[in-house]
Amino acid sequence: MVSQSTQLAVKVESIVKNFGDTAVLRELDLSLPTGEVTVLLGTNGAGKSTLLRILAMLTQPDSGTIEIMGTDVSKNGPAVRALTGSALHSPMLYAGMTVRENLMFFAEMYRLTGVDELIAQNSSKVGIEPRLDDRVRTLSHGFQKRVALARALMHEPQLLLLDEPESGLDSQSVEMLDRIIDEYRSSGRTVVMTTHIVEHALDLADCAVVLLGGRVGFNSDSPKQDQAAIQEVYSAHSESTYSRAAGAQ
Amino acid sequence: MRGSLAIIWAIGRKDLLLEIRNKDVVVAVAGFALLVLVIFTFAIDLNQGNAKLVGPGVLWAGIAFAGVTGLNRAFALEVEGNTLEALMLAPISRDLIYLGKALGNFLFITVAQIIVIPVFAVLFNLVVFRWEMLAISLLTTLGFAAVGTLFAAMSVRIRAREVMLPLLFLPVVTPLLMAAVESTSHVVNGRSWSDMAQWLQLAVAFDVAFLVVSAFIFQYILED
Repeated sequence: MVSQSTQLAVKVESIVKNFGDTAVLRELDLSLPTGEVTVLLGTNGAGKSTLLRILAMLTQPDSGTIEIMGTDVSKNGPAVRALTGSALHSPMLYAGMTVRENLMFFAEMYRLTGVDELIAQNSSKVGIEPRLDDRVRTLSHGFQKRVALARALMHEPQLLLLDEPESGLDSQSVEMLDRIIDEYRSSGRTVVMTTHIVEHALDLADCAVVLLGGRVGFNSDSPKQDQAAIQEVYSAHSESTYSRAAGAQ
Repeated sequence: MRGSLAIIWAIGRKDLLLEIRNKDVVVAVAGFALLVLVIFTFAIDLNQGNAKLVGPGVLWAGIAFAGVTGLNRAFALEVEGNTLEALMLAPISRDLIYLGKALGNFLFITVAQIIVIPVFAVLFNLVVFRWEMLAISLLTTLGFAAVGTLFAAMSVRIRAREVMLPLLFLPVVTPLLMAAVESTSHVVNGRSWSDMAQWLQLAVAFDVAFLVVSAFIFQYILED
């Protein structure tokens, strides 16, 4: 029998994260099912990227527990990282190496076999084959983000973490991204992404989570039906955040 | 085990490839060390006695100070491109990242020494091309890389990292520098392995201790 914990892709309990005196995540609880696309929405500073970095194990929470695919991340980091692919805000590529060299290097880090074939498959998926032998520093930011996405996909992770993946991408690349996310969902794998483009996110998502001041402010299993409510929460918080910022000046 | 060695080699090889293309570290280390040697040849009356007396100290002081410059640069490149985070995303233990980076630093300083030591031999007119010198050089470089990689990782996010790294690095490598200078003194005076055995043992003990301890501490430095 499969336990409830293993049916969840992500289970976060009472996560707290402070940066100095600033509380970014406050006792945040969140459970995300496998095989679904979840969008994290929220204004700047709501804690979306911090939460994603904690799930990617790049940032340690001050307290709280995290399970990914039923495994406690604090007990078996490398095993959890093997299940997770991340394309975060920065492309995180070696500018002095070619796209192919970058992908080959990271394939070695993930101990992958059949690397040439994997590079061919994934570079075709994200449309970077013509630039495979170009140095990363010669690529535009959008192309670099595509390479970062190819790197995140190469080991076929069970959980894909995307931080504002559409930023810097042209409309064709956004369509390509949507196709990849759909493909992931239909293969039973899980995607967690942050975005500021609410309408597009709600079209794409199975779940929507609005973070407000480091906590879950709204959680919807049917974001298309709840679109009006989500927009309302999001807009109200945007306005109050903007007013506070303006008042502080 | 083979898988871990492959990861360490892949990180070291990647650093070497970037260095071959950019020549950031080796040029800085070799250039700085050569400058120190040249300045001392003008500052000191280099008769045979003086050269044997001060030469080993000048050589290793030059390499140690120059090494700091290179170590700083090697880690700064990972942080500037956020590529250290990409390594942290991979399903490998943090100590493999440390050992890979230390291997890269070991290779850079070794290449710099291949340039610096022959120039030292010519400028100071000393015979250094002996197996003993090779052993001293490799052991000292390994210790520099072991300590320097750890402290470079610690200081890389600090605003005044150029100041902080030598302040942390140089006091800690003092026993290793002493071993290197004393052993090199024996080499230039034509003595045998047995005369320098205790210094070589000190260098081996230093390297083993710092490789193990640094690999353990490194994981805590990477978090946040």
